[in-house]
Order: sequence, then structure tokens, then C-alpha cells
Amino acid sequence: MPKPHLALLAALLAAFGIQYFSDRIDPYYLDVLTGIGINVILAVSLNLVNGYTGQFSLGHAGFMSVGAYLSAAVTMFLGPKLLGDDGGTAFQQGALFLAALLAGGLSAALAGLLVGVPSLRLKGDYLALVTLGFGEIIRVIFQNVEVLGGALGMNGIPPYTNIFWVLAFVAITVFVVTCLVNSTYGRGFLATHDDEIASEAVGLNTTRYKIVAFVIGAFFAGIAGGLYGHFKLTITPTGFDFTKSIEIVVMVILGGMGNTVGVILAAILLTLLPEVLRPIAEYRMVLYSFLLIVLMLVRPQGLFNFRFGKARG
Amino acid sequence: MLTVSDLSVSYGAISALSGISFRIEQGSIVTLIGGNGAGKTTTLRTISGLLRPKAGKIEFLGEDITRLAAHRIVARGLCHVPEGRMIFSNLTVDENLAMGAYLLRDHELIAKNRDYVFSIFPRLKERLKQMAGTLSGGEQQMLAIGRALMGNPKFLMLDEPSLGIAPRLISTIFEKIVEINRNHGITILLVEQNANLALEVSQRAYVLETGRIVMQGESKQLRADPQLKATYLGG
Repeated sequence: MPKPHLALLAALLAAFGIQYFSDRIDPYYLDVLTGIGINVILAVSLNLVNGYTGQFSLGHAGFMSVGAYLSAAVTMFLGPKLLGDDGGTAFQQGALFLAALLAGGLSAALAGLLVGVPSLRLKGDYLALVTLGFGEIIRVIFQNVEVLGGALGMNGIPPYTNIFWVLAFVAITVFVVTCLVNSTYGRGFLATHDDEIASEAVGLNTTRYKIVAFVIGAFFAGIAGGLYGHFKLTITPTGFDFTKSIEIVVMVILGGMGNTVGVILAAILLTLLPEVLRPIAEYRMVLYSFLLIVLMLVRPQGLFNFRFGKARG
Repeated sequence: MLTVSDLSVSYGAISALSGISFRIEQGSIVTLIGGNGAGKTTTLRTISGLLRPKAGKIEFLGEDITRLAAHRIVARGLCHVPEGRMIFSNLTVDENLAMGAYLLRDHELIAKNRDYVFSIFPRLKERLKQMAGTLSGGEQQMLAIGRALMGNPKFLMLDEPSLGIAPRLISTIFEKIVEINRNHGITILLVEQNANLALEVSQRAYVLETGRIVMQGESKQLRADPQLKATYLGG
């Protein structure tokens, strides 16, 4: 394996290169690639929680929405004041967008901490229910806050998301998650997943590990939300309901819990599949669901799972 | 070294331990024996902070550890090898051992502990890169004990080390337990269903029955006790 820092640098340069030549790429492909990138960020970050640490969270779309709304609020409300009437230079816009994304990520991380501290003492189904409930609460809150557009959502978000930002954050997410789980400290996530009692018996603070995984996962979900908002230019509370969370969970399961490469491939596959199936129009979702069932029957441990030998209880 | 006084634990409405007390002297091997559901595992889990007692007090090296979190208790040198060989099956043998030294920061000490573990269980050295889940039952038990030793414990609690292990390996593992105690002065609290074996290696024993200590004394004397013989030692 190449040195992770060099790989990250190479990926950032590649992202910049693709951005530089993006004029010559069919906009449709750029859009699909952007969608893939955002889903990869979501799936890889959720994999830290659901895969490596073994906690079943159904609230990822909730954290995504926190990031989407917060970052959109920064660029829409603060942007005009900071950049002036002419909209500012490209560099100023980039700096504002980066600040907005980080604000979105950090607020999502804070939300992750607030949800995680009380609920991560729960296990399995109970935790899944609490996180599901959290996602719905967030959605209802955004639906009722008039400043953020209420049920209509926010419109006219500036189109700051481009292929550079998406690929750069894909690279950063993969880098952070990979380095984290491969570090001595990060082995604790896997240990917590394997056996909580044994982990505590050797002196791991499993609750803290779960919260750290949850907060980092939420942070990147918030970043993905910010990218999503400035890509679609409009966000509504219903866009982040629990079906979105389940979509991300499916990517993680299909990729093989706790396998970053597999989860990336699954996120690509599941984003492309609806696009590829577009010609058959109304049967698209039927076939999509059918393929999911087949995949689950044939490879229940995940399509690309090599580390975890068998599904574990 | 360890003093447990009037310890009571319950799972909801069901009482698992009703006021047990015992003392363990430094350097000894003490065993808790008793049938299923007597409260042996509950006792160990409460001492190591995995369960919270309803009443009572646990003192380790003169300090009250009753309400401490599990990882803080480990940091004080009291390590628990849980029942059923709870190893990290998706980590390699090497990574399992590294987790055992989780609380240590001194790399020289970690390397020394590793050599020590390999000197006791040479088999683990041969299997370093293997996934722990693919080890045999006996090897997993060796790994569980080895992992505990990585943390430099002063006091080791072993829960049913003979459970589900090939009979040939059981005597090996018990020899190693005695070796760990004798050569390195690690005090051991041993929970065992195999009372014969437990009384053979220990100096002192407590017999638990439905959450109470019903008998205690020197292991040698208990082995000769007719009542205990009839109940636990197979006649």
C-alpha cells in the first residue's frame, strides 16, 4: 500500500486536474460523478459507525441535513454581506464555501455528540430506533423553522459545489477513516465491534470509542450535506428522511461492513445503477430492488468483504 | 490485596449475589467454585466494573474501586479474562495482543511483555498474523490470557479457563496459570466448574451456592471434605 499521505496528495492533485479539464467533460457525467462522490462520503463515514464499530445507526441522513442547512445558511445569509454585491472573486467564494462546509460538518458533529452521548449506551435494535427517531426529529424541526424555509426548504443556494470540492472531500474522508482504523488507537473500533465485554476487560473505554465514531461519522455526513445542497441548489426537509438513511445503510451492508474499499465500490454501484436503468423508466425501481435482494442472497457478507469472514451477531 | 465486603448484585428483581465477603492475599491463587448460576461470573464481572453492585464494597490495594469504570480498574492492574474466550476474532493474534497493552505507553515495557507472553505460550508466536477467530479453542484461551498479561497486571481474574477446551490442553493451561503466579508474582482469582483442578492449583477456596458463600478454607482441606466431595468432586 502506498504511503497514505502521498495518496491523499495525489488524489487532491487529481481532483484539481479533473476540475481544470471539466469544461471538456459532458455535464451529465460530471453530475453523476458528483452524486457518486457525495454518496461515497456518506457511505464511508457511516461505515466507521455501522461497519468498523458495529453500532447500527439509522440517522445518517439527519446529520447530512444538519450540514446541508447550516452550510446553506452560511453561504446564503453571510455570503452577500461578506462578498459584497458583485459576488466576490472565485477565490473568495471558494474560501466562503470551505468555511460553510466546515461549519456544516462541525454542527453535524455537535448533533452527533448530543445524540450519541445519551443513546450509545443502547445496543443493536434500540440504538437503531433512537437514531431513526433523531433523524425524524431533525426533519420536523427544519420543517417548522421559517427562516430556513419551512416545508418548502431553502431555494437559490449558490452553485458552489464543483467536482474539485467533491473529489477532494472524498479523498479526505477515505484518508481520515482509513488512517484512523489502521492506527493502534483505531483498532479499538474493531475491538468494540468484536466484543464489548472483552474490550472493557482490557481497559478500552467502549462508550468513548462509540461516541468518537459517531461524531466523526456525523461530521463527514454534514460535509456531504453541504456539498449536496450547493450541488442541487435547493434542499427540502423531505429530502433527508429515513429512506435516505436506509439507502446509505444499504451501501455499507452491500460493500461489506467494515471494508472501506468495498463500501466505496458499493456506493458507486448503487448510484450508477438507477442511472444505467433509466431507459426502462417505470420498472427501474423494481429492478433496482430486485437486484438488491439477489445481491443480499448471494453475498450476505457484502459484495467485497474479505476481512470479516462471516456475518456476525 | 483484594477485599470484597458484603457484595450484593441483582439483575433487575433477581438477586445474583447476596452479601458475599472474601479476601485475597498478594501472591496467592484463590478459587471460587460452585455450580451453574451460583454467581461466580457475576462476582468477577462486578469486581472488574462490568456490573454495578447493589450494595457492598470492593477494595483493591487499599483503594475503593466499587464505583470505578471498567477501564480505570484495568489501569490499576486488575485484569479480567472473561468467560468463553472473548477474543477479538476479526483482529489478528498480533493485534489482539496489542489491544491488551492498550493502556501502556512505554514501548520497551510492551516489547518485554510480548516476549514474556511468547515465553509462556510459544504457540501464539507461530500464529501472529492469523485471524484470532480461526484459532483452536485452546489457542484462543492462551490468547485471552496472553492478552491480559500484555497489560502488566498485578492481579488476574480467570473465568472458566477450561471451558470447551480439549482435555489434553486443559492441564497445559493450568500449568501455565501456576507458572504465571509463581514466576511473576501475579495474584490470581480463578473461577472454575472443574473443582478438582481448581482446588489442586489454588491455596484457598470459596464455595458459592445461589449467591452465597457456603464454605471456605484451604484448598487442601476442602479437597478432603466429604460434603464437598459428594457435591462437586464427583464422589
